[in-house]
Parts: sequence; structure tokens; C-alpha cells
Amino acid sequence: IYVVFFYFISSEERHLRANDREYNLSFMYANNAIKTSKYNVFTFLPLNLFEQFQRLANAYFVFLLILQLIPQISSLSWFTTVVPLLLVLSITLAKDLSDDITRHKNDKHVNNRKVEVLINGELKSEKWMNVQVGDIVKLENNEFVTADLLLLSSSEPLNLIYIETAELDGTLIKYTISILYISGEVRCEPPNNRLDKFTGTLTVRGETFALDNERILLRGCTLRNTEWCFGLVVFGGPDTKLMQNSGKSIFKRTSIDHLMNFLVMFIFGFLAFLCTILSIGNGIWEYKEGNSFITFLPRADGANASLSAFLTFWSYVIILNTVVPISLYVSVEILRLGNSYFIDWDCKMYHVKSNTPAQARTTTLNEELGQIKYIFSDKTGTLTQNIMTFNRCSINGKSYGEVVDFAGQRVEVTEKTEKIDFSWNSLADPKFCFHDHKLVEAVKSGSPEVRAFFRLLALCHTVMAEEKTEGELFYQAQSPDEGALVTAARNFGFVFRSRTPETISLVEMGVPTTYELLAVLDFNNVRKRMSVIVRNPEGKLTLYCKGADTIIFERLHPLSSKLMEVTTEHLNEYAGEGLRTLALAYKDLDEDKFEEWKERHHEASTSLEDREAKLDAIYEEIEKDLLLLGASAVEDKLQDGVPQTIEQLAKADIKIWVLTGDKQETAENIGYSCNMLREEMKEIFIVASNTAEEVREELPPIEKSRFLGKKSQVVEDEKVNGEYGLVINGHSLAFALQKDMQLELLRTACMCQAVICCRVTPLQKAQVVELVKKHKKAVTLAIGDGANDVSMIKTAHIGVGISGQEGMQAVLSSDFSFAQFRYLQRLLLVHGRWSYLRMCKFLRYFFYKNFTFTFVHFWYAFFCGFSAQTVYDEWFITLYNLIYAALPVIGLSLFDQDVNDRWSFQYPQLYAPGQLNQYFSKMAFARILLHSCYSSLILFFVPWAAMCDTVRDDGKDIADYQSFALLAQTCLLIVVSVQLGLDTYYWTAVSQFFLWGSLSVYFAVTFTMYSNGMYLIFTSSFPFIGTARNSLNQPNIWLTIFLTTILCILPVVAKRFLFIQLKPTINDKVRHKARQAKAVPPPAPRKVPRRRISTRRSGYAFSHARGYGDLVTSGRFLRIPVKTRSALFPHTDTPVADSTPQTYRTIYEGLQMCLD
Amino acid sequence: MGKKQAGTGPLSRRPDNSAFKQQRLPAWSPSLTAQTVLPTFYILSLVCLFLGIWLFITVENTYELKVDYTNAGTCERCFDLRKHVIASKTACTCTVSFQVPKLFQGDVFFYYGLRNFHQNLRRYMDSRDDAQMVGRKNNLKAPSSYCAPFDFDANKVPIAPCGAVANSVFNDSLTVVYNPADGSEIQVPLYRKGIAWYTDKNVKFRNPPTNDTFTLQQAFEGTTRPLYWQRPVYELDDTNSNNNGFINDDLIVWMREAAFPNFKKLYGVLNRAQGPFTEGLPPGNYTLSINYNFPVEPFRGRKELVISMVTWFGGQNYFLPIAYLVTSGLILVAAVVLTMVYVKVGKNGKNMEE
Repeated sequence: IYVVFFYFISSEERHLRANDREYNLSFMYANNAIKTSKYNVFTFLPLNLFEQFQRLANAYFVFLLILQLIPQISSLSWFTTVVPLLLVLSITLAKDLSDDITRHKNDKHVNNRKVEVLINGELKSEKWMNVQVGDIVKLENNEFVTADLLLLSSSEPLNLIYIETAELDGTLIKYTISILYISGEVRCEPPNNRLDKFTGTLTVRGETFALDNERILLRGCTLRNTEWCFGLVVFGGPDTKLMQNSGKSIFKRTSIDHLMNFLVMFIFGFLAFLCTILSIGNGIWEYKEGNSFITFLPRADGANASLSAFLTFWSYVIILNTVVPISLYVSVEILRLGNSYFIDWDCKMYHVKSNTPAQARTTTLNEELGQIKYIFSDKTGTLTQNIMTFNRCSINGKSYGEVVDFAGQRVEVTEKTEKIDFSWNSLADPKFCFHDHKLVEAVKSGSPEVRAFFRLLALCHTVMAEEKTEGELFYQAQSPDEGALVTAARNFGFVFRSRTPETISLVEMGVPTTYELLAVLDFNNVRKRMSVIVRNPEGKLTLYCKGADTIIFERLHPLSSKLMEVTTEHLNEYAGEGLRTLALAYKDLDEDKFEEWKERHHEASTSLEDREAKLDAIYEEIEKDLLLLGASAVEDKLQDGVPQTIEQLAKADIKIWVLTGDKQETAENIGYSCNMLREEMKEIFIVASNTAEEVREELPPIEKSRFLGKKSQVVEDEKVNGEYGLVINGHSLAFALQKDMQLELLRTACMCQAVICCRVTPLQKAQVVELVKKHKKAVTLAIGDGANDVSMIKTAHIGVGISGQEGMQAVLSSDFSFAQFRYLQRLLLVHGRWSYLRMCKFLRYFFYKNFTFTFVHFWYAFFCGFSAQTVYDEWFITLYNLIYAALPVIGLSLFDQDVNDRWSFQYPQLYAPGQLNQYFSKMAFARILLHSCYSSLILFFVPWAAMCDTVRDDGKDIADYQSFALLAQTCLLIVVSVQLGLDTYYWTAVSQFFLWGSLSVYFAVTFTMYSNGMYLIFTSSFPFIGTARNSLNQPNIWLTIFLTTILCILPVVAKRFLFIQLKPTINDKVRHKARQAKAVPPPAPRKVPRRRISTRRSGYAFSHARGYGDLVTSGRFLRIPVKTRSALFPHTDTPVADSTPQTYRTIYEGLQMCLD
Repeated sequence: MGKKQAGTGPLSRRPDNSAFKQQRLPAWSPSLTAQTVLPTFYILSLVCLFLGIWLFITVENTYELKVDYTNAGTCERCFDLRKHVIASKTACTCTVSFQVPKLFQGDVFFYYGLRNFHQNLRRYMDSRDDAQMVGRKNNLKAPSSYCAPFDFDANKVPIAPCGAVANSVFNDSLTVVYNPADGSEIQVPLYRKGIAWYTDKNVKFRNPPTNDTFTLQQAFEGTTRPLYWQRPVYELDDTNSNNNGFINDDLIVWMREAAFPNFKKLYGVLNRAQGPFTEGLPPGNYTLSINYNFPVEPFRGRKELVISMVTWFGGQNYFLPIAYLVTSGLILVAAVVLTMVYVKVGKNGKNMEE
């Protein structure tokens, strides 16, 4: 027992030696080859068929086939089932085959990637699939991580490693080990799928180090901005955490799918019900009539009425099986695929700049796009471009940055507006653009205030600069706002060039100047300002301060009061435009006073108790009696068309919730600038508290009593007077998402027009989506661009990824992807709406045509002694769903449009029926059932009455079974074709071709199958010889067809006409308008750029956390050269990873472990 | 990413700007407006009215006479006799007299009608072998299993034609005698040929190959007649040797199974070559004499003789004309209602505003 136990332990734990292949191979660990393909050449057919027959529908048809092979039961020839089944199987087979070939190719591609492996002290290039556990691999910049690696060392001095994670998750590793020489042994946990956990030990020369998740680099990440690094392969191929996590992707199904499954179940029940009625009928008939008919038709041995009834049940199961048509599933798949292609092909969703077309990555969710009720959007990269631009400024009471034409009218800035030429400034950033010439002139003319303004911007910040080549400056800013301000100063001639802990070097209008940096009074959330104290080359001491206007204004010298008024006006204007504003001020300092202050500052900064508070007090002391310089306004650039899109979606009654990792002020500001939050709103609830109790109190109390009494888990929409907004932060959300409060949160949130959740973690994003999904029974869509959005994209019914940017994580886990947020409106209002409309039309029509088809058999049963005789020719039964009625309905449901895309945009209200499930529901299904019932009654009894006692015009037979079958099937096909025509809104050449083509094919096939030749060759298969010729030349046949068509169709026309007149739907109304306007909607009124004046200011546009101040002034920071990112990665990093869920790359600070 | 990029130019991945891909195919979008719907209704109502009247007049001038002879006249005896299977081989003849009220002008068709005979039962309909009846030599002696139990007789000799359908062929022979007022008796002459579909007679049913030396009887050697038949298949018609075997007209007519349990099948067409029948069937008294063989008692059915005129519209069927007239009325009512609704509600377009 002991031995076994020991063995068990050792097999659980992974044991490997670095660089010792022989030793590691003895454990038979999986190498780094991966296999995602499902089949190989030999297993494909059996395995795939096995899988296919596990599907209910296919299994059902095999069951039918077996029934048909029993002669006593078989009421239809075997081919009626086999032909469709084979077709369905082969289509699926072909699709699976092509999918698997793609996977094989991908596997091959991945397995054959090259990586450098250290073998016998030499670096050799190896294929990925040949990499073994225990190998040491060298990764270079921008390379994919080969396997799960234990990080050994990197090229970066402080082991700052930049990593871009793939779709794993947001949590990241923080440390790497630097080992100069490795010959260690690793013991660690067995392969598992936990991304956030790793335990193991590393033993080097008798010393043991604990290893945790923070030292592991996972396969699926990409190395960025790091020249090289070495890693020890711990898990390879299928053992990697990436592979262990894959294969569990959630299979999303649409609500129509669920409804369809329910209906199919219902139909099975209904089928059983019909068959039971018919078999009882057969029992009675056999008992009363059949007994007397045995002279002519003896029964089989031992058969009696009850056995006959039993067999008839199954016979009718076969005949009536067309109510659950196998082609339904295939057709639905084809439809969705077709509509997905239309999305892929849409020029209007193609982004020229990034050369990115829209992509439907999941082809099974289209119609759900037409039913979206809630959109959850990320902010950065989705709504905004994550680019800050210096847009406006007010200097000494004069506002700059607005473009006016000759008449003094304000002009909207577009891409074409003339930009200022900064070529006079060799250090200018070429990407910076500004449109107001007056400001340049002011700088050039040497206005002291303007110069002071830019000098302040160039000095008062914590940006770090790097100059790789002469004159090529790169700024690394803690927040993009700061970067924008410093860049603005740079372009206007006040170039921040470099800094040391004690100095800041500028180039002021071409003159290099060095300032002595005496103190940085850093930013924090309470102070909402930052200051620097510098000594200029002339020795003058100055304090420069920038911060939130309210804060600055409180600290101004009375001299500035007049300027303050003017500036306030400007600030209101900027805020009205949704810009982020800062007020700038300065103050000259006395040498003596400063010395004294500095001492006390030193005291405070070294004190052990209440250092923060003491420092704040000290800062407060010196930041007063400031002289106002002006204000700057920075625009957090929205993606193109975001406010319009949001407005459109809001009109379509889609609720948009913004879930962002950004801080509250930023999020709120974006809420305003993209028109979600509005000044007119009655109230904007802000929930930002730290305890559950406070959160409960802050949640607006609206009719709580009624709510508590309700047991229902579905939260209904409630009407509220006026518009409300809700802003809630991550801390509060954590409490609000708890069991006892989440419904309350949801109710409140749903009553608000706009909901913004800020500072939320990826997990919380998913929780919020889940909450709405679960309790609102509404269709949700999540849209985002980064790794932190992956969880919500996967959770929502539909996930949309913004593609065309560097990160692909969101796209990889999304169902649809495109380059710009604004394409969302086209995806939903045009493609989604059409898809939903088409799918519902398809289903309605499909069920109608099959029920009608089938019910005729039911009525005929009463005339043929319930003997399971079919009404139609068997070939017609086989081909009806396959050929005659297949293409027209597919044509209808691929091409139909109620109104074209322009009208869809003009009237976003057209979207509402989808949200309310109006086009296809259980109710609609019941109506179809009744309609089919009516049609089948007409389709059976009119031909019956017309034919039962008549003859041909030459006195010969026409009331025979074959002629009647032909008449009934022709009537049916014509009626369903006309019905299809009635349902078609949009007659393209293709749909015409399909419809007329199918009808002609029907007649052609019929005449062919009933021809002499076919009969003489396949005598027993085509017994209907001559029927078509002999009956279709009879006037009474055509008169009957005409009458059945009129009787089936006109009531429908009359009903629809009545409804259009009395209760027109929004669809009818828009179609009416479209008809009157001759197809082109009136051009939307051009929106004049709004000029709002707002007293609401965006917060101080800095970062969430404390600034870089400590780093900037600490010696530690400047001992190493600052690694800056290349221009390829414009995102900004912060040193504290978990405070910024928004960015997905992190600098890893290394832990130096020099062994040897 | 599975998809490959075709090129690397700036617009390389731009989708085609074709009308099809952009869903901008030129299209016609009809809709249900008053201008289209109301006229359609009125016109259709008129069309139906016209068709109804036309058909009604046509059918009014088509005469049909049904003579139920199941147990009428002297047939009561035969009816009782046929109740017993033992007496099935005993011949029985009887007569029924009837009156034709007015002249059946033109071609007159004589049908035998059966009621409550389910030719449309699935097992009954399947019980036949088309391959045998198309004269295939191989199939002649190897009848399809569908014919069971009428495929082989008790001695395992194959039955030709096999199956329940052929076995139950209608085997009464009917003779109609005209009794003019002068007391004479003139047999109504009937064409008993050309009563089946051309395609059936020439394609669907064929005899096994014969020639001058190889007679039909020889061709059918090794088969036996169906159980209920009194004559073998090659001796069905004494008068015309070309009407024997599978191509016997009566057999072909019977083999075309009726769709419904009440049906009539063509028996003969009046030969208008001579005598009082050149105009058609004159009014007066007639006697139907029957060779009563077909038992209907077992299935509680009725047998009848149907004498009918035929027009372009077929026989006398009042359903379509009346249905058209009723439909016409319904459409008119609907049209009026729709017009009223339109004038009152729809016309001003108030409902169409949002």
C-alpha cells in the first residue's frame, strides 16, 4: 500500500529538470504539439455520422426509416425518408469536413512555428511541436509564447516585461526570476486549467525557491517591447493552461432556437395526438366496416381491429412526419449562414482606415441581433478612441481653438479643416493638430501670458521623455490627458525634453532652458491638483499649479477675480462641449519663505504618523494666492459617430449600459459627451459608497413595497416619470450585486435611461450582464475591445468585438466583430432587424406549408377507412420540402426586406417588434396552426366535392385516386406559392426566379415522372403514368385549382388589409411612408453642432491613482534608463496593474535574483 | 484567425460593392393598398359570378340518371343469393325497369356505380403488380409480394393478374333494353371499347408478347385466374380477341382505383349509329337486365347504373357552379366591408401617422 501511495503522489506532481531531456522524457510528459482537429481520414465518416445521429432530429428520421421497413406499417416508400435524410447528412458532413480541414491547417501552422531552444548550450531553431518539457526557450519581441514557461530572465534591466495576453483573462504575472545560469529542478502541480494559480518549487544547487503564478508566462500571450527573454517549459501542448481551458466554449443558442425546440416537442405531442385519433378511427372502422370487406381484402393472419389500429398509429406517424420536417433545421442553418455572409459583405461596415470589414464569427445567432434590449459597452477603445487631444484653451480671458470663417461664424472642425503648420518648430510632434492660427500668432508675438501658459504645461507634469534619436521625442505619460497637454506645449514652442530628479530641461522657442525642480506637489483624488516649484535659469522661484477649476478658483489671489469670471464662462462653454477642463495658475515665491516651507515639508514627508495628512496641509499652505493663467480643455476623442449611434439605439428602445474600468468622472464625462446623460435628466443617481448599508441607502427608493411582494424572478419594466441616470462605481457594485440587493439594483437601473458602471472589474462586467440576462429575460449584447471585456462578451447573448486594433482578445471570443462602434447601429437596426424578420417569416411560412401539407392527409383518412393512405404521390411527398417548396422559401428568407436600410435608420422604432418577440411566438404559432387547418380543409374538401362525382370531358374516369392525388398536390403547391408571394415584401429577380422556377420544375418533374419512359424503366416506382396528361388538360381540374386558391388566399388578404387599415403596425406605417416618398427617405435634418453651456464640469483629468511624483523625484527611478514603448503601442501603462483594469499590458517589475 | 487575407493593399479586404452583396438588388415591393386590394376583390367577385353562372347553365343542361339495382326489381333474389359464398358460382340474372324522363341528347355514357366500396384502402391499393400487368415475362409468373394473399393459389400457381384489386373486379354484365311505346324491345347498343385512358390501354397495361404461332393462352400458361374470376384473363371477351388479357378495357377501368368509396366507372358508350339512338337516348321506359355476380351485401354497399351526358365540364356535378356562386357572393360582401372600412378609417390616413 505504501508503494502504491508513493507512486500516486509522484504521478500527481510534475517533476522536471531544466535542460535535461533524457530525464524529462522518462515521465512521458506531453510535448508541445497541439491537436484541435476532431477527425482524421479514417475516423471522419464513422465518427461524424455517429455524432450526427445523436441529434434528435436525425435519430427521429432513422426511427421513421426503420418503421418504414416494416411492411405492415410502411405507408410510404423508404425513399421518402432516405432522400431527405441523405441530403441533410451530406450537407452537414461537408460542413464538418471543411471545418476540420481548417483546424488541421491551423494546427499544422501552429505546430510548425519556430522557436529558439537551448540545446547543449547552443541555441537551435526548433519547431514548436518538438519542444519538450524542461527545454529552455528564448523568446524575442513580438513572438508568441511557445508553451507555459517559467520565466528565467529578460533583456530588460529591471526585468520590465511587456506582455499582451490572449483571451485567457485579465490577471497577470508580476515577477520574473532572473537566473543567469540554470541547472535547477522544478517540482510543480500537475496540468490544470486554473489560470490564476500555480504552485511549485525550484531547486538550484540545494537552494529551494517557491514558485507561484506570478512567475509563469502562459501560452497564448505575446511578448511585447522586450528584446528577449528566456523561459523554462513547464507545461507543453495539451497540458498548457490555454489548451486546458479551451474546448469549453459556451455554445450560444438564440431565443428562437429555444422556442423552436419547444415547438418541435409540442409538435411531437400533436403528432401523437393526431395519430391516436386516426388509429382509434381505424379501430372503429375496421370493427364496423373492415370486417365486412374481408371478402375482397383478407386480413393478415391473426390480425384484428385492435392490431390494425396499433399498426395504423405507426403508419400515420410515418405519413404525418412532415409536421416535423428534417429540412427545417438545414434551412435554418442555411438562412443564418446567408445572413452572416451579408454582414461580412457589407461595405458600410467596412472601415477603410484599418482595412477591416465586419465579420460574423458565429453564424448561428443572426436573428437574435434583431431582438437586443440591452447593450453593455466598454468605454475605452469602444466608445472612445483612447486619444486625448488638446482642443481649446482660455488664456488670460481669451478663448482659443475655435475655427471661424470670414463671416465670424463658427465652423465645425472636420478632417478637411486646415491645420496649423508647425514646421517652424523642429521638435514639434507631427501628429498634433490644431486649427486656430491666433494662438500661434500669440505665442510668436511673445505674449507673456500665453508663454507662461505653455511654460506651465511644459513644467507641471510627471511625464517622462525619451529621445531615441536627436529631435525625436517620445513621452510616456501616466494619463493620456497629461500627454496631450505636454504635447500641446511642445508644439507651441515649449518643448519638454528631459528630466532628472532635480531638473527639467525645456526648449523654449528654440532656446534650451533648464529649470531646477524643487518640489512636486503631487496629484491625488482629494487634492485634485498638482503643482511644481521650479527655479528658472534667472533664479526666480515659481509655483505652477494645474487642477480642477473649483479647487484652483478657491485658491486664487483676489487680483484674478475678474479673469476668473471670464474664464468661468469659457469653462462652461468647454464643459458644454464635453471637454475635460483644467484651470492653470502660478505664483512667484520668495526665496526665504520657500526655504522655510521646504524645511517643514521635509519634516512632514519624513514623519511617521499621518504623513499624508501632514503633507496635504503643507501643500495647502503654499498653494494659495495663485494668479490665474487660464484653462485648458482636452477632448477625450469619441469614436466617430458615437453620439448619433447611441441616440439611434435609444430611439430603438435599446438600453445602453456603459461598463468601464475608468474612474467615475471620466465615465460620467463620456456619458455626457455621447449623449447618454443629459442636462435635462430629472436626476442622476450616483452610488459610490464603501459599505453595503450605504449602497442600499444610496440606491433610489422607488416603490419598494410592491416589489418585495413579488415572487417572480423576472423583473418587469416599469414606467417612470421623467428621465433618470445612474452612475455606480465598482465598490458599490460589489455590494449591490450581492444576492439580497441585486434585484433592487436591477430595478433601479432599468428605470434609468442611462446606466454607467465605473471602476468595474472584468468579473463584475460579466456579473452585471448575467444579472440582466437572468432577471430581465431580455436579449443582451456586449461590445468591447480589450481582454477585460472578454468575460462579458462571452456571457452576453451576443458578444461584439471591436477589431482592427492591436488587441484581438475581444474579437477572438466575440460573435461579431467590426472596427467601429458606430457600425453597431447598422448591425442591429439593419442586419439584425432583417435577420429577425426573415427568420420569423421563414418559420411562420415553413410551419404553415408543412402543416397544410400534412393536415390534408388527416382529412383524407376519414374517406379511406383510416388506412394510412396518402393523398399525394409519394414522389411529391419526397420532393415537396426538398425541391418544390424549398428554394422559394429560402429566397424569401434570404432577400426579403420590409423597408430598405435607409428607412430602417430613419425609423429606429421598427426595431421594437423584435424586442417584444412579436413576429414569432407561441401565439403566432397557434395562429399558423389555425390558418393551416383552414387551408387544408379547403385544399381537401373543395377538390373532393368537385371530383367525387364527375368525369372527364370524354366521359372517362377522373375521380380516380391518381388524378385526385395530382389535383390535391397541384392545388397545395399553387396555394403555398401564392401565399409565399403574399408574404414577400421585396420581389427581387432572384425571388421571382425561385418561385416561378420551382413551379415550373414541379410541372416538368411531374410530367417527366408520369411519362411512358419512366414507367417502362422503373415500373413499380412510377405508377402514375399518364395521370398528368389525362387530368391537367381538363377544364374542371383548373377551375378547381382556381377556386381553392381564391378560397385560401383571399381571406388572408382581407384580414391583412383590414389590419393595415384599422391597426397598422409601425411596419405598415413606414412602408406606407416609403411608398409615398418613392423609396428614398427624406434626408435627415442636418444637425447644427450644438452649443451648450454647462455648469457641470468634468473632473480633473488625471489618472485614477497617485501620480508618478514619487518616482519622478526618487533617485531609484532614474538610475535606469526608462524603457519607453514604440509608437506602435499608444496605450499608456501605469505601474499598478490592478488599479487599471482598462489596460491589459503591464510593466513587470523584476526581482533580481542573481545566483552565481 | 482562419480567414486568409487576399492582399495587403489598403483596401484589400473591402467587400465587393455589388448590388447583390449589399442587398440592394432592384426589387418590386408591392403592398396591400386600397388601390390594389379593393379592385382585385371586385373583379374576382365578378369573375366568380360569371364562372358560376356559366358552369351552372352547363350543368343544368347535363342530365344524369341513377338506377340503383342492388335489390330492386327482380334482383332481390340475386342479392340474397350472393350473400352466401357457397353459391358464388351459381349464375343469377335479374331485371330492373326504369324510366328516362327526357331525351339525353348527344353522346350518352353508361356507368356502373358502387357505393361504400373502399378501393382506396392502402393495403387494397398496394395489392397489385404493375410490372406483371405491363406484360413482363419474368413478373408474370413471379407476382409481387404486395399481391399477397392473391399472389399464388392453393397449389402455388401464380395468379395473373395478381392482387386484391384485380381479384375483386366488377363482374356484373349489364344490358339495357329500350321499351318504346309500341311494345317492341330494342337493345340499347353500347360501345364497350375505348372506355379506358389511352395511356392505360397502350402503355400501362400490356399483354405478354405473342405472335401468330404463340397465342395469348400460351403466353399465360403456368398461371391461373384470380380466385373470384369465372374466366381466365385471356378469355375475358368472347367477341373481340384483342380485348383479352391485361388489356381488357373493363379490367383496365377497374384497375384505376377510385379515390373515394362512392364511385362510378365507365361501362359503355351509346352507339348512336342507328335506330332511335341517333339523337341520343330517347325518353321512355327501359329495362336493365343484369348478370348479377358482384356481391355488395358483405360490405353493405349499393350498385347502380348511371346514365349520363357529358359536356366540356364533365358530368353533372353541381358543386363547382354553386361554390363559385357562393364564393362570388362572399367576395362581394368582403369587398363591400373592406371598402367601407377603407372609406371610414383608412382613407384619411390618420392611422398611418405615428
